[in-house]
Amino acid sequence: MSEVLEEFDNRIIFAKTLIALANEDPKIVVVCNDSVGSSNLTEFRDLFPDRLIDVGIAEQNMVGVAAGLANAGFTPFVCAAAPFLTGRALEQIKADVVYTRTNVKLCGMSPGIAYGELGPTHHSIEDIAWMRALDSLPIVLPADEAQTAEAVRWAANMVGPVFMRIGRYKVPSVSQGQSPAFIPNKAMRIIDGSDITIIATGTLVSRAVAAAAELKATGISTRVINLSTVSPLDTAEILAAAKETKAIITAEESVTRGGVGGAIAEFVVQNHPVPMKLMGIDSFAPTGSATFLLEHFGLTADSIVASARELLKHGK
Amino acid sequence: MAIDTQQISDLAREIRIQILHTIKGAGMGHIGGDFSVTDILATLFGAVLNVDPKNPNKADRDRLILSKGHAAVALYSTLAMRGFFPLEDLKTFAKPLSNLNGHPNRNKVPGVESNTGPLGHGFPIAVGTAIGAQLAKNGSRSFVIMGDGELQEGSNWEAAMFAGHRQLTNLIAIIDRNGFQQGSPTSKTNELDPLDKKFESFGWEVRVVDGHDYVALHKAFTDPQTRPRAVIAQTTKGKGVDFMEGKAEWHHKVPSAEQYEAALLQIGKQ
Repeated sequence: MSEVLEEFDNRIIFAKTLIALANEDPKIVVVCNDSVGSSNLTEFRDLFPDRLIDVGIAEQNMVGVAAGLANAGFTPFVCAAAPFLTGRALEQIKADVVYTRTNVKLCGMSPGIAYGELGPTHHSIEDIAWMRALDSLPIVLPADEAQTAEAVRWAANMVGPVFMRIGRYKVPSVSQGQSPAFIPNKAMRIIDGSDITIIATGTLVSRAVAAAAELKATGISTRVINLSTVSPLDTAEILAAAKETKAIITAEESVTRGGVGGAIAEFVVQNHPVPMKLMGIDSFAPTGSATFLLEHFGLTADSIVASARELLKHGK
Repeated sequence: MAIDTQQISDLAREIRIQILHTIKGAGMGHIGGDFSVTDILATLFGAVLNVDPKNPNKADRDRLILSKGHAAVALYSTLAMRGFFPLEDLKTFAKPLSNLNGHPNRNKVPGVESNTGPLGHGFPIAVGTAIGAQLAKNGSRSFVIMGDGELQEGSNWEAAMFAGHRQLTNLIAIIDRNGFQQGSPTSKTNELDPLDKKFESFGWEVRVVDGHDYVALHKAFTDPQTRPRAVIAQTTKGKGVDFMEGKAEWHHKVPSAEQYEAALLQIGKQ
């Protein structure tokens, strides 16, 4: 079908960017939970041993310590597997970080179903819904290497809490040299189209791009929006999609209830209702690799194409 | 170092009077725990902490985190007495849109370090401020005040273990050991003793002191440290008013007009 694209593990550029930032700014520190290896932070630790604070397997303490470091004038990046960061330490995130408005950068590593066969305990499909419920917490989901680098740099330079997802398995570039690859608070329209819009996040963006190419071949003009910032929502771009195309598909590696699909639907239904299809992972996963699970839950280019055709046929 | 106990005692008396006024005026508050922690706060703010009411966010200030956030009125009264904000503001406590919420808010009240309330949050934050001060090499010390019942929260032991591991010499954890949690004595709910041995086994130095003895508290807060220090302050819930002392129902009871007058009379003589 399409050419094979080179793929990248976003954790590598994440660590590289953190090291560059730490070289520029002595206030940058990392707080983690025995996750130096899984967060790809070995080099950071070697370069800045005092500035990597590994609290061990203790997520509540991890987020509290980060809040304290922010209080002391530092800019802590909390790097921990997304399910444990957001699940175990949810109340610390709510009270010590978001409600207190501390300058803590919450980096959910290996989110979604990245941990594949390790199962639902290790999957993080609820994180976006949980984080969205918190007042004014920016939620950033970089889709590729370029976006990860720019988003991390932006997070370091803004004052206040942020939640971002840093993907584990390799994904192709969707920015394709576009500069800037990431614009704060903005949805990125990466393909224009007039029949239908696909709003995708993270790992699903490259699949949305592939779906758009296939749809175009059969005469369906498809707009693709990379929603790299879920909160605050770029409502102008969503409204334009609702007004200028006939239907909207959302695609995410998380629950749609309260997730990205939920966010778009809440806005669309109150402002310019159009037919929608929310694609995501709405149940605990069976055993299988991440690649298998994405197929199992219909998060593939082919499934997006089928949903688009269905929606345009019945949804007007 | 000698301290002026009369000055601290005067401050403590004024704080208790403000607490009484404030809770009576609002018709709500946690008076028992406010009174048990008052002498600790008076000692800290009267003779220990390097803080500046005119510059509450100065980088090298000492950090005091009130983890038992339900004692907000005790903290507000102390901060107001020390000039962080006007005493007059205490009258707004718990009123619609007041900056003085039932639990403290750092972004609205000068001198508050973190938005506490849910228990087990302040200790990890104080570990973070202590590590931050070591990284910044600015001499700042960190203090966290917890209720004893609060130590039933597991997050505290995550923090205790890590602070012991890091041998933080600029961290003091103060336990307001009044022996009660909301509904009953801690010993009947979930026994904490031997609390000293628990902290020692986590690598801490432990001081058990009378939580209403200014000299003992001051010494425990200022003696040089080689490890993190836990100060188990043995306190009396409702301290200073005889009919409140040691009574579980005064956890968050509001005094009647007669009780208010009687309490004021007793406190005024202290």
